[in-house]
Amino acid sequence: MWIYEKKLEYPVRVQRPDLKFAKLVITQYGGPDGELSASLRYLNQRYSMPTNMAKAVLTDIGTEELAHMEMIAALVYKLTEGATCEDFKEAGWEGQWAQHDNALFWTDSNGVPWSAKYIAALGDPITDLMEDMAAEQKARSTYEHLIACTDDEYAKATLRFLWEREVVHFQRFGETLNHVREWMNQSKHVWCGCDMTKDGKLLLVVPKDWLPPKIYTKSFVFLLTKYKCPEIMCLNYRLSQESATMILLLHYWIK
Amino acid sequence: MDCEKQEAMLRQIQEMEFVAVELNLYLDTHPDDEDAINDFNCAVQALREYKEAYEEEFGPLLNFGHGGFAKDAPWQWLQGPWPWEM
Repeated sequence: MWIYEKKLEYPVRVQRPDLKFAKLVITQYGGPDGELSASLRYLNQRYSMPTNMAKAVLTDIGTEELAHMEMIAALVYKLTEGATCEDFKEAGWEGQWAQHDNALFWTDSNGVPWSAKYIAALGDPITDLMEDMAAEQKARSTYEHLIACTDDEYAKATLRFLWEREVVHFQRFGETLNHVREWMNQSKHVWCGCDMTKDGKLLLVVPKDWLPPKIYTKSFVFLLTKYKCPEIMCLNYRLSQESATMILLLHYWIK
Repeated sequence: MDCEKQEAMLRQIQEMEFVAVELNLYLDTHPDDEDAINDFNCAVQALREYKEAYEEEFGPLLNFGHGGFAKDAPWQWLQGPWPWEM
Protein backbone atom coordinates (compact mmCIF):
# COMPACT_ATOMS: atom_id res chain seq x y z
CA MET A 1 0.00 0.00 0.00
CA TRP A 2 1.09 3.60 -0.21
CA ILE A 3 1.98 6.04 2.53
CA TYR A 4 2.26 9.72 1.72
CA GLU A 5 5.21 11.82 2.78
CA LYS A 6 4.41 15.51 3.11
CA LYS A 7 7.31 16.82 1.09
CA LEU A 8 8.45 16.91 -2.50
CA GLU A 9 11.27 14.61 -3.58
CA TYR A 10 13.18 17.66 -4.87
CA PRO A 11 12.41 21.37 -4.48
CA VAL A 12 10.23 23.08 -7.06
CA ARG A 13 10.62 26.81 -7.55
CA VAL A 14 9.97 29.28 -10.32
CA GLN A 15 11.29 32.76 -11.02
CA ARG A 16 7.89 34.02 -12.13
CA PRO A 17 4.51 32.73 -13.32
CA ASP A 18 4.55 31.67 -16.96
CA LEU A 19 1.37 30.24 -18.39
CA LYS A 20 2.78 29.54 -21.83
CA PHE A 21 5.42 27.36 -20.26
CA ALA A 22 2.90 25.77 -17.89
CA LYS A 23 0.94 24.67 -20.93
CA LEU A 24 4.06 22.87 -22.16
CA VAL A 25 4.97 21.37 -18.79
CA ILE A 26 1.51 19.85 -18.39
CA THR A 27 2.46 17.14 -20.89
CA GLN A 28 4.60 15.59 -18.17
CA TYR A 29 1.53 15.50 -15.96
CA GLY A 30 -1.07 13.89 -18.25
CA GLY A 31 0.69 13.37 -21.55
CA PRO A 32 1.83 10.12 -23.21
CA ASP A 33 5.36 10.23 -21.81
CA GLY A 34 4.55 11.92 -18.53
CA GLU A 35 4.80 10.84 -14.93
CA LEU A 36 1.23 9.54 -14.61
CA SER A 37 1.82 7.21 -17.54
CA ALA A 38 5.12 6.10 -16.07
CA SER A 39 3.81 5.39 -12.57
CA LEU A 40 0.69 3.51 -13.71
CA ARG A 41 2.64 1.53 -16.29
CA TYR A 42 5.23 0.28 -13.82
CA LEU A 43 2.88 -0.27 -10.88
CA ASN A 44 0.56 -2.27 -13.10
CA GLN A 45 3.23 -4.36 -14.81
CA ARG A 46 4.72 -5.56 -11.53
CA TYR A 47 1.87 -8.03 -10.93
CA SER A 48 2.93 -10.20 -13.86
CA MET A 49 6.68 -10.16 -13.35
CA PRO A 50 8.38 -13.50 -12.60
CA THR A 51 11.29 -12.42 -10.40
CA ASN A 52 11.47 -10.60 -7.06
CA MET A 53 13.95 -8.16 -8.55
CA ALA A 54 11.51 -7.12 -11.28
CA LYS A 55 8.67 -6.78 -8.79
CA ALA A 56 10.81 -4.62 -6.50
CA VAL A 57 12.20 -2.42 -9.26
CA LEU A 58 8.78 -1.77 -10.79
CA THR A 59 7.25 -1.06 -7.38
CA ASP A 60 10.02 1.34 -6.35
CA ILE A 61 10.39 3.19 -9.64
CA GLY A 62 6.59 3.33 -10.01
CA THR A 63 6.38 4.89 -6.58
CA GLU A 64 9.10 7.40 -7.39
CA GLU A 65 7.20 8.38 -10.53
CA LEU A 66 4.18 9.29 -8.39
CA ALA A 67 6.53 11.63 -6.51
CA HIS A 68 7.66 13.08 -9.83
CA MET A 69 4.05 13.61 -10.87
CA GLU A 70 3.61 15.60 -7.68
CA MET A 71 6.63 17.72 -8.59
CA ILE A 72 5.17 18.48 -12.01
CA ALA A 73 1.89 19.40 -10.34
CA ALA A 74 3.75 21.74 -7.99
CA LEU A 75 5.61 23.27 -10.96
CA VAL A 76 2.39 23.94 -12.87
CA TYR A 77 0.76 25.23 -9.68
CA LYS A 78 3.55 27.79 -9.25
CA LEU A 79 3.69 28.71 -12.92
CA THR A 80 -0.04 29.47 -12.91
CA GLU A 81 -0.26 31.03 -9.47
CA GLY A 82 -2.67 33.96 -9.37
CA ALA A 83 -3.47 33.68 -13.06
CA THR A 84 -6.73 35.18 -14.34
CA CYS A 85 -8.78 34.34 -17.38
CA GLU A 86 -7.00 37.15 -19.22
CA ASP A 87 -3.64 35.60 -18.43
CA PHE A 88 -4.84 32.25 -19.78
CA LYS A 89 -6.14 33.95 -22.96
CA GLU A 90 -2.82 35.67 -23.49
CA ALA A 91 -1.06 32.32 -23.21
CA GLY A 92 -3.45 30.69 -25.65
CA TRP A 93 -4.64 28.36 -22.92
CA GLU A 94 -8.12 29.74 -22.23
CA GLY A 95 -9.70 26.34 -22.85
CA GLN A 96 -7.95 25.17 -19.69
CA TRP A 97 -9.45 28.09 -17.75
CA ALA A 98 -12.95 27.47 -19.06
CA GLN A 99 -12.89 23.82 -18.08
CA HIS A 100 -10.74 23.87 -14.97
CA ASP A 101 -10.20 27.41 -13.63
CA ASN A 102 -6.98 27.12 -11.64
CA ALA A 103 -7.30 23.38 -11.16
CA LEU A 104 -4.78 21.00 -12.65
CA PHE A 105 -5.87 18.28 -15.00
CA TRP A 106 -4.32 15.37 -16.86
CA THR A 107 -3.90 16.39 -20.47
CA ASP A 108 -1.00 16.75 -22.86
CA SER A 109 0.23 20.11 -24.16
CA ASN A 110 -2.55 20.16 -26.73
CA GLY A 111 -5.37 19.47 -24.29
CA VAL A 112 -5.73 15.81 -25.23
CA PRO A 113 -6.84 13.99 -22.07
CA TRP A 114 -4.76 11.22 -20.53
CA SER A 115 -5.52 7.75 -21.79
CA ALA A 116 -4.68 4.21 -20.78
CA LYS A 117 -3.74 3.80 -24.46
CA TYR A 118 -0.43 5.43 -23.53
CA ILE A 119 0.62 2.39 -21.53
CA ALA A 120 0.90 -1.33 -22.18
CA ALA A 121 1.20 -4.54 -20.25
CA LEU A 122 1.69 -7.56 -22.48
CA GLY A 123 2.38 -9.94 -19.61
CA ASP A 124 5.65 -11.01 -21.22
CA PRO A 125 8.41 -9.78 -18.91
CA ILE A 126 10.87 -9.07 -21.72
CA THR A 127 8.30 -7.16 -23.75
CA ASP A 128 7.17 -5.15 -20.75
CA LEU A 129 10.68 -4.25 -19.58
CA MET A 130 11.54 -3.14 -23.13
CA GLU A 131 8.50 -0.86 -23.09
CA ASP A 132 9.67 0.54 -19.76
CA MET A 133 13.10 1.33 -21.16
CA ALA A 134 11.53 3.03 -24.17
CA ALA A 135 9.26 5.00 -21.84
CA GLU A 136 12.24 6.33 -19.88
CA GLN A 137 13.93 7.47 -23.08
CA LYS A 138 10.79 9.23 -24.23
CA ALA A 139 10.46 10.99 -20.90
CA ARG A 140 14.12 12.01 -21.06
CA SER A 141 13.66 13.50 -24.52
CA THR A 142 10.56 15.37 -23.41
CA TYR A 143 12.44 16.90 -20.47
CA GLU A 144 15.15 18.02 -22.88
CA HIS A 145 12.49 19.74 -24.97
CA LEU A 146 11.02 21.47 -21.92
CA ILE A 147 14.42 22.58 -20.57
CA ALA A 148 15.14 24.20 -23.93
CA CYS A 149 11.81 26.00 -23.87
CA THR A 150 12.36 28.21 -20.83
CA ASP A 151 14.78 30.76 -19.40
CA ASP A 152 13.60 30.21 -15.86
CA GLU A 153 16.69 28.90 -14.07
CA TYR A 154 14.75 27.54 -11.11
CA ALA A 155 12.34 25.64 -13.32
CA LYS A 156 15.28 24.31 -15.31
CA ALA A 157 16.90 22.99 -12.13
CA THR A 158 13.78 21.01 -11.30
CA LEU A 159 13.45 19.68 -14.84
CA ARG A 160 17.12 18.70 -14.92
CA PHE A 161 16.64 16.64 -11.77
CA LEU A 162 13.71 14.84 -13.40
CA TRP A 163 15.80 14.37 -16.56
CA GLU A 164 18.58 12.73 -14.52
CA ARG A 165 16.12 10.38 -12.86
CA GLU A 166 14.90 9.14 -16.24
CA VAL A 167 18.46 8.22 -17.18
CA VAL A 168 18.94 6.31 -13.92
CA HIS A 169 15.59 4.52 -14.28
CA PHE A 170 16.57 3.45 -17.79
CA GLN A 171 19.76 1.96 -16.36
CA ARG A 172 17.86 0.04 -13.67
CA PHE A 173 15.31 -1.35 -16.11
CA GLY A 174 18.17 -2.50 -18.34
CA GLU A 175 19.75 -4.32 -15.41
CA THR A 176 16.40 -5.87 -14.54
CA LEU A 177 15.92 -7.01 -18.14
CA ASN A 178 19.34 -8.70 -18.15
CA HIS A 179 18.52 -10.43 -14.89
CA VAL A 180 15.14 -11.65 -16.16
CA ARG A 181 16.76 -12.99 -19.34
CA GLU A 182 19.34 -14.90 -17.31
CA TRP A 183 16.61 -16.26 -15.10
CA MET A 184 14.65 -17.44 -18.12
CA ASN A 185 17.69 -19.13 -19.63
CA GLN A 186 18.92 -20.75 -16.44
CA SER A 187 15.63 -22.24 -15.51
CA LYS A 188 15.39 -23.42 -19.11
CA HIS A 189 11.83 -22.52 -19.46
CA VAL A 190 10.18 -19.64 -21.17
CA TRP A 191 7.77 -18.21 -18.71
CA CYS A 192 4.55 -17.29 -20.39
CA GLY A 193 2.27 -17.06 -17.40
CA CYS A 194 1.98 -20.77 -16.64
CA ASP A 195 4.05 -23.88 -16.18
CA MET A 196 3.14 -27.10 -17.90
CA THR A 197 3.76 -30.50 -16.45
CA LYS A 198 3.12 -33.91 -17.89
CA ASP A 199 3.44 -37.03 -15.75
CA GLY A 200 4.90 -34.87 -13.01
CA LYS A 201 7.71 -33.58 -15.24
CA LEU A 202 8.09 -29.92 -16.08
CA LEU A 203 7.80 -29.53 -19.83
CA LEU A 204 9.38 -26.72 -21.69
CA VAL A 205 6.83 -24.07 -22.35
CA VAL A 206 7.05 -21.97 -25.47
CA PRO A 207 4.60 -19.57 -27.01
CA LYS A 208 2.12 -21.39 -29.22
CA ASP A 209 3.26 -19.80 -32.46
CA TRP A 210 6.92 -20.88 -32.13
CA LEU A 211 6.54 -23.71 -34.59
CA PRO A 212 9.75 -25.20 -35.96
CA PRO A 213 10.33 -23.56 -39.33
CA LYS A 214 11.11 -25.74 -42.37
CA ILE A 215 14.50 -24.15 -42.85
CA TYR A 216 16.03 -26.18 -40.04
CA THR A 217 18.43 -28.75 -41.52
CA LYS A 218 20.69 -31.49 -40.30
CA SER A 219 23.49 -29.04 -39.60
CA PHE A 220 21.16 -27.28 -37.27
CA VAL A 221 20.41 -30.51 -35.41
CA PHE A 222 24.16 -31.09 -35.14
CA LEU A 223 24.51 -27.65 -33.65
CA LEU A 224 21.95 -28.48 -31.04
CA THR A 225 23.36 -31.81 -30.02
CA LYS A 226 26.89 -30.44 -29.82
CA TYR A 227 26.04 -27.35 -27.85
CA LYS A 228 23.34 -28.11 -25.34
CA CYS A 229 24.00 -24.98 -23.39
CA PRO A 230 22.80 -21.56 -24.60
CA GLU A 231 25.88 -19.81 -23.25
CA ILE A 232 28.25 -21.96 -25.29
CA MET A 233 26.12 -21.48 -28.39
CA CYS A 234 26.25 -17.73 -27.88
CA LEU A 235 30.04 -17.67 -27.72
CA ASN A 236 30.68 -19.93 -30.65
CA TYR A 237 28.05 -18.76 -33.04
CA ARG A 238 27.78 -15.16 -31.92
CA LEU A 239 24.12 -15.59 -31.21
CA SER A 240 22.17 -13.48 -28.80
CA GLN A 241 20.98 -15.24 -25.69
CA GLU A 242 17.42 -15.08 -26.93
CA SER A 243 18.23 -16.75 -30.25
CA ALA A 244 20.30 -19.43 -28.55
CA THR A 245 17.55 -20.14 -26.06
CA MET A 246 14.91 -20.21 -28.75
CA ILE A 247 16.93 -22.66 -30.85
CA LEU A 248 17.49 -24.89 -27.85
CA LEU A 249 13.83 -24.87 -26.94
CA LEU A 250 12.76 -25.58 -30.50
CA HIS A 251 14.93 -28.68 -30.35
CA TYR A 252 12.31 -30.18 -28.11
CA TRP A 253 9.63 -29.54 -30.70
CA ILE A 254 11.64 -31.18 -33.45
CA LYS A 255 12.10 -34.30 -31.36
CA MET B 1 6.30 29.80 11.92
CA ASP B 2 9.90 30.15 10.82
CA CYS B 3 9.62 29.53 7.08
CA GLU B 4 13.33 29.71 6.37
CA LYS B 5 14.18 27.26 9.11
CA GLN B 6 11.45 24.89 7.94
CA GLU B 7 12.72 25.04 4.36
CA ALA B 8 16.32 24.49 5.46
CA MET B 9 15.47 21.48 7.61
CA LEU B 10 13.24 20.01 4.94
CA ARG B 11 15.99 20.52 2.37
CA GLN B 12 18.33 18.43 4.51
CA ILE B 13 15.73 15.66 4.68
CA GLN B 14 15.19 15.83 0.91
CA GLU B 15 18.90 15.43 0.27
CA MET B 16 19.39 12.52 2.64
CA GLU B 17 16.21 10.79 1.55
CA PHE B 18 17.32 11.11 -2.04
CA VAL B 19 20.47 9.22 -1.10
CA ALA B 20 18.25 6.51 0.38
CA VAL B 21 16.00 6.39 -2.72
CA GLU B 22 18.98 6.15 -5.04
CA LEU B 23 20.63 3.41 -2.99
CA ASN B 24 17.30 1.59 -2.71
CA LEU B 25 17.02 1.43 -6.51
CA TYR B 26 20.68 0.44 -6.83
CA LEU B 27 20.31 -2.35 -4.28
CA ASP B 28 17.20 -3.64 -6.05
CA THR B 29 19.42 -4.58 -8.99
CA HIS B 30 22.65 -5.19 -7.01
CA PRO B 31 21.39 -7.04 -3.94
CA ASP B 32 24.81 -8.44 -2.98
CA ASP B 33 26.62 -5.12 -2.68
CA GLU B 34 27.51 -4.95 1.01
CA ASP B 35 29.12 -1.52 0.75
CA ALA B 36 25.91 -0.14 -0.67
CA ILE B 37 23.94 -1.67 2.18
CA ASN B 38 26.24 0.04 4.69
CA ASP B 39 25.84 3.35 2.89
CA PHE B 40 22.09 2.88 2.87
CA ASN B 41 22.08 2.30 6.63
CA CYS B 42 24.16 5.45 7.17
CA ALA B 43 21.56 7.38 5.22
CA VAL B 44 18.75 5.81 7.26
CA GLN B 45 20.49 6.81 10.49
CA ALA B 46 20.95 10.42 9.42
CA LEU B 47 17.43 10.56 8.01
CA ARG B 48 15.94 9.38 11.29
CA GLU B 49 17.69 12.18 13.19
CA TYR B 50 16.75 14.88 10.71
CA LYS B 51 13.14 13.74 10.58
CA GLU B 52 12.78 13.57 14.33
CA ALA B 53 14.05 17.13 14.69
CA TYR B 54 11.81 18.39 11.90
CA GLU B 55 8.67 16.63 13.09
CA GLU B 56 9.17 17.84 16.65
CA GLU B 57 8.90 21.41 15.45
CA PHE B 58 6.78 21.29 12.31
CA GLY B 59 4.53 18.28 12.71
CA PRO B 60 4.38 14.84 11.12
CA LEU B 61 5.78 14.11 7.66
CA LEU B 62 3.96 10.79 7.29
CA ASN B 63 0.35 9.76 7.80
CA PHE B 64 -1.48 6.55 8.72
CA GLY B 65 0.56 5.92 11.84
CA HIS B 66 4.00 6.28 10.27
CA GLY B 67 4.45 9.77 11.69
CA GLY B 68 4.65 8.52 15.26
CA PHE B 69 2.50 9.58 18.20
CA ALA B 70 0.24 12.52 17.61
CA LYS B 71 0.41 15.50 19.96
CA ASP B 72 -2.66 16.83 21.74
CA ALA B 73 -5.43 18.30 19.60
CA PRO B 74 -5.56 19.96 17.14
CA TRP B 75 -4.54 17.13 14.77
CA GLN B 76 -1.25 18.31 13.27
CA TRP B 77 -1.38 16.39 10.01
CA LEU B 78 -3.82 18.97 8.62
CA GLN B 79 -1.31 21.79 9.00
CA GLY B 80 0.21 23.55 6.06
CA PRO B 81 2.14 24.51 4.21
CA TRP B 82 1.58 21.63 1.85
CA PRO B 83 4.47 20.64 -0.42
CA TRP B 84 3.29 22.46 -3.54
CA GLU B 85 2.94 25.65 -1.51
CA MET B 86 6.50 25.68 -0.20
